[in-house]
Amino acid sequence: MSKHIPLVATLVLGLAAIFVLPAFVEAFTLMELMVYVIMSILALSLGFVWGYGGILCFGQSAFFGLGAYTYAIAAINFGESTAAVGLAIAVPALFALALGYFTFFGRISDVYFGVITLTVTLILFNLVNSTAGEQYRIGSAPLGGFNGIPSIPTLNIPGMPDRVLDPQSLFIVCVILLMLVYLGLRWLLSSHFGRVVVAIRENEKRADLLGYDSRKYKLVTFAIGGGIAGLAGCLFANWGAFTSPTVFSLAQSAQVIIWIIVGGYGTLLGPVVGCFLVQWLTSYAGTLSAINPSLLLGAVLIAFVLLLPRGLVPLLQTAFVRWYPRLLSIKRQPDKAEARDALDRIPLAGTEP
Amino acid sequence: MSAGTSLVETNGLGISFGGVHAVNGVDFKLADGELRCLIGPNGAGKSTFFKLLTGQYRPTRGSITIRGHAIDGMESYEIARLGVGIKTQVPSVFNGLTVEENIWLSARRIGTRTEAKDVVAHILDMTRLQSLARSTVGTLSHGQRQWVELGLVIATRPALVLLDEPAAGMSDGEVERTAELIKDINRQCALIVVEHDMAFIRMIAKTVTVFNRGSVLVEDTVGRVLADERVRDVYLGKELEVRQA
Repeated sequence: MSKHIPLVATLVLGLAAIFVLPAFVEAFTLMELMVYVIMSILALSLGFVWGYGGILCFGQSAFFGLGAYTYAIAAINFGESTAAVGLAIAVPALFALALGYFTFFGRISDVYFGVITLTVTLILFNLVNSTAGEQYRIGSAPLGGFNGIPSIPTLNIPGMPDRVLDPQSLFIVCVILLMLVYLGLRWLLSSHFGRVVVAIRENEKRADLLGYDSRKYKLVTFAIGGGIAGLAGCLFANWGAFTSPTVFSLAQSAQVIIWIIVGGYGTLLGPVVGCFLVQWLTSYAGTLSAINPSLLLGAVLIAFVLLLPRGLVPLLQTAFVRWYPRLLSIKRQPDKAEARDALDRIPLAGTEP
Repeated sequence: MSAGTSLVETNGLGISFGGVHAVNGVDFKLADGELRCLIGPNGAGKSTFFKLLTGQYRPTRGSITIRGHAIDGMESYEIARLGVGIKTQVPSVFNGLTVEENIWLSARRIGTRTEAKDVVAHILDMTRLQSLARSTVGTLSHGQRQWVELGLVIATRPALVLLDEPAAGMSDGEVERTAELIKDINRQCALIVVEHDMAFIRMIAKTVTVFNRGSVLVEDTVGRVLADERVRDVYLGKELEVRQA
């Protein structure tokens, strides 16, 4: 039963978000919550790649940005969103495959891998930034340089370009996709592939010596993470019907890492919790003129690294495992049959040797 | 593997690090199902020899053939798939996973989900680790982790197992149990065992190869090797005399 708890909890929370929030929450709050949901998908992508695959990618925003730009360019050219969504997942995944092939098969060490991924996202940031002008266009989509691409056609019902989703429907789609990504990753991690991925994180050399080609497993893990980040980028482009080079920025990449550190490395719930918490905190700090949100974010990161290095979710899990049985033993009263058995076991005076 | 071919054969095998010849011109043969002990003083090149056999190091000279396949340029995982398993000197296991998960991962590499489950039960029984099946490996003692690693290695049903100091850091009781376990394993596959404990060598060995300064000094039956003056000089010295007394 206990292994079904995450599945049931995900379904209950997801359905509650789908049916309750759009009906009772005002439009501005719903749009803000939609960003949290979209960013949670991005957080899950790195949560899987780093937390389970042990691959610290400093440039997850590269795939996020590629997803956003691919969707924007494809949707403008096709005038329909279905194929654009598919491309927004496929292009970042293929880019991750290509990048991962050279780094993993080239036996690049973890530190250099971090530097390479960071550099790649900065290159993409500068590259897209320098595409201002009419000459920089792909088909009918101008890249727009620093100003980005406005008026992106948002999601429509597949095959019906005229039936565009309203913000409430888009929110529901985002929640459903978050649930699917979460449950999909849970399923993947419980499979043979997922267990090998975790084993490689634990001891890559041993996995190799058992006959697993760790490079291939890392490559596939990285590509899956790239595809999920691309999906998040696609949804983000839909959220504002706009995308700009900031999706590739260093700040965007750093934020994802902070979400995972705060929520908990090596869990799937942690990145989602960390993402919601940090985004809410940043948003709240933005309303206070006395506090700089970036400084607050830095302070939160330092506090977690020093005081709660495992993050919130693992801490709560440990507390739950430790205290749940005690709570049960306090609350649970013995039934009549148990009480009678217990009385029967008490020896009568003089019967004991 | 064709009839008459050795399970492992090295010819003029060597590797150098800078000017140091860690392994130098080693000609070595091991038959199918054989149990060979490898001894020698620290720095003799035994562990390096194991790393060459498992593809962790690439030889700078000579060749290695395993089950008729030249393994030059092969990756570790490819050599493992030829049927070579290794238990390293410091237990190399998946510390964050349970004993059961460790062995399952190994068994699942070659079999289906159901087969892997059966293999896990068999190995847990063989290594007497049933009561620790759900324990995280990182929390176990050194000796227990050695058995987990041994379990990991034999769960892939290898043709050759390389054991680097399997009895290191074990109590007398654990050493005897390990010797029994090794004899059990030898019923299914060939083994090369690196060990310093002469009492342990006597328990398990028939043929012993002595390494010194990266080369084979002598190769003979255990009794003759331990009585060999050269071996005493380079490795055993007075320690042997004390043990024999």
